[in-house]
Amino acid sequence: MQLTTWLRLVPGRPFRRVGHRTALVAAGLPLHLAVVPLWLWLLGTMAASVRAPGAVAVTPLPVLLTLVVTPLLTVGQRRRYRALAGKGLPRPAVPGPGRNWKPAVRRLTGRALWRQVCYHAVAGPLLAVLDLAVLAVWAAALVAASIYVWIWALPPQWRITDLGYTTQAACITAGGLALLFLGPRLTGALVRLETRAAEVLLGPSRTEKLARRVADLAESRAGVLDAADAERRRIERDLHDGAQQRLVSLAVNLGLARATLGDLPEDARKVIDEAHREAKEAIAELNNLVRGLHPAVLEDRGLDAALSGVAARLPIPVRVAVDLPQRPSPTVEAVAYFVVSEALTNVVKHAQATRADVTVERIGETLLVVVADDGAGGADLAAAGGTGLAGLAKRVASVDGTFSCRSPAGGPTVITVELPCAP
Amino acid sequence: MRAVIAEDSLLLRIGVVKVLEAAGFEMCAQVADAEGLLAAVEEHRPDIAVVDVRMPPGFTDEGVRAALVIRRQYPRTAVLLLSQYVEERYAADLLAANTSGVGYLLKQRVADVEEFTEAVRRVAAGGTALDPQVVAQLLVRRHSDPLDRLTPREREVLELMAGGRSNSGVAAELVVSESAVAKHINSIFTKLDLPKADADHRRVLAVLRFLGVATA
Repeated sequence: MQLTTWLRLVPGRPFRRVGHRTALVAAGLPLHLAVVPLWLWLLGTMAASVRAPGAVAVTPLPVLLTLVVTPLLTVGQRRRYRALAGKGLPRPAVPGPGRNWKPAVRRLTGRALWRQVCYHAVAGPLLAVLDLAVLAVWAAALVAASIYVWIWALPPQWRITDLGYTTQAACITAGGLALLFLGPRLTGALVRLETRAAEVLLGPSRTEKLARRVADLAESRAGVLDAADAERRRIERDLHDGAQQRLVSLAVNLGLARATLGDLPEDARKVIDEAHREAKEAIAELNNLVRGLHPAVLEDRGLDAALSGVAARLPIPVRVAVDLPQRPSPTVEAVAYFVVSEALTNVVKHAQATRADVTVERIGETLLVVVADDGAGGADLAAAGGTGLAGLAKRVASVDGTFSCRSPAGGPTVITVELPCAP
Repeated sequence: MRAVIAEDSLLLRIGVVKVLEAAGFEMCAQVADAEGLLAAVEEHRPDIAVVDVRMPPGFTDEGVRAALVIRRQYPRTAVLLLSQYVEERYAADLLAANTSGVGYLLKQRVADVEEFTEAVRRVAAGGTALDPQVVAQLLVRRHSDPLDRLTPREREVLELMAGGRSNSGVAAELVVSESAVAKHINSIFTKLDLPKADADHRRVLAVLRFLGVATA
């Protein structure tokens, strides 16, 4: 191990921000002690009421006063952390404007206030004791370490004339240096304890943190979905502008060659015919793939138009009934389109059906999508890599939708999907 | 015949121009967006405009909207829409406003050079040319349809008519005689309750009513 690394590890940089930390501790002292007079008053009135029962009427006063000063003290504490710890304390959720309760009543019933009271009235005085101890250590350390200066600065007649005073002063200096070594560590530990207490009692509660986390996650998930959708659209656009046009152009040129080059040998004609046919097949295949990504008509005209297009491309008759008074969000539309398009592909591939029915309707805040066929049934959600139903279920779950597939052996198969859509 | 083309993909524009020039069309203008198309039509008054559906700036249905404007403002210019995918909704928009001089084909149909030039000529002459996929899609949309009353063969005949084929074209496609086709068509007219009038008009009406884009 290199010496510098070792030096860095062992002291652990205790003097980093030590001034700020000590100031944080010092500033905490008056704030923590502010409630102590109220405590003493409360104890006083209670003691008085034991002697004279009439004095009990005064007892609620210190309690009320505590409630009044609590928000002020909280503001003070927040300022202390913002100014001296380099970062503010996380705030608890502000109770929303629910019902017609007055704000004061809502505050009293909220847990945030009582946690603050707990901090200022109980944790505060205890922390104040520790603050005092640490400040005392600092003071003692500074005085002891500089004992020679003190000795030198004192007027000669006050000096200790004992012969052994040099040895004693050396011991005191050594003790002071030891305390100086200890001081930053104690301060660091106390600041950690203080911060922990403040975060737990003045910051958001666990429930609030979880609620916030859920909201954040929901937001980021929506962002990811939107990004995936945008990506799909981009790929569709790129393929449409690039490969698809190139392939069509190739097929057109081959078609032209076939039509205009009359005097070709039979072999060459055969090759051109073959290439022409394959180019057209490639176009058809690519078209099917690309349209499954995110058809332009979905964005432009909505689900009804896009699903009719899907249905018409299938080899079996499919009835499509879409009843939507207004369009759902693009993400929900994309999921619904994907579900129906995949489900119908499955019907054609696996179900041996002669016809299928698609209905899309809005019931309240739910988009209900039903795909039914008259095929052989037996579709299995758990079938690994089989019918792609699991993929559908996942895509639906990504927008908090529900997916169900009823497919008894012998058929028919009915896939029901419910997608939440805000009004 | 004189034609303009609006297509934002240069490769494909060159291909279509080659095909049309080989077929004897005079290309008046080649543009890349709907605005340019309207200006070119205003300037040249061509017999036909061959128009891509998806063009700048929005890349959705600019071509369809331009086609509707052209058919309304320049009735003597026919419009043939080309698209990577055919969408029933665009076809319905186009057909609801026009019953002649319109066409809607997949881009890949251009590769079948003879059939494509035949379709362009037909549309330019005031006929229609609908892609088989358009017809299929429009049929999906018919919920309570007169389709039920037709025999499978009559349905085939009607689909081909909807694509713009003549009696002889239908006969050749289905490998039956022309008189058999005429018989089927008469039966279709009867089943769709179309009055005996001008035969061509009845043909168009039959197709459109069948496709659900015109009422009576």
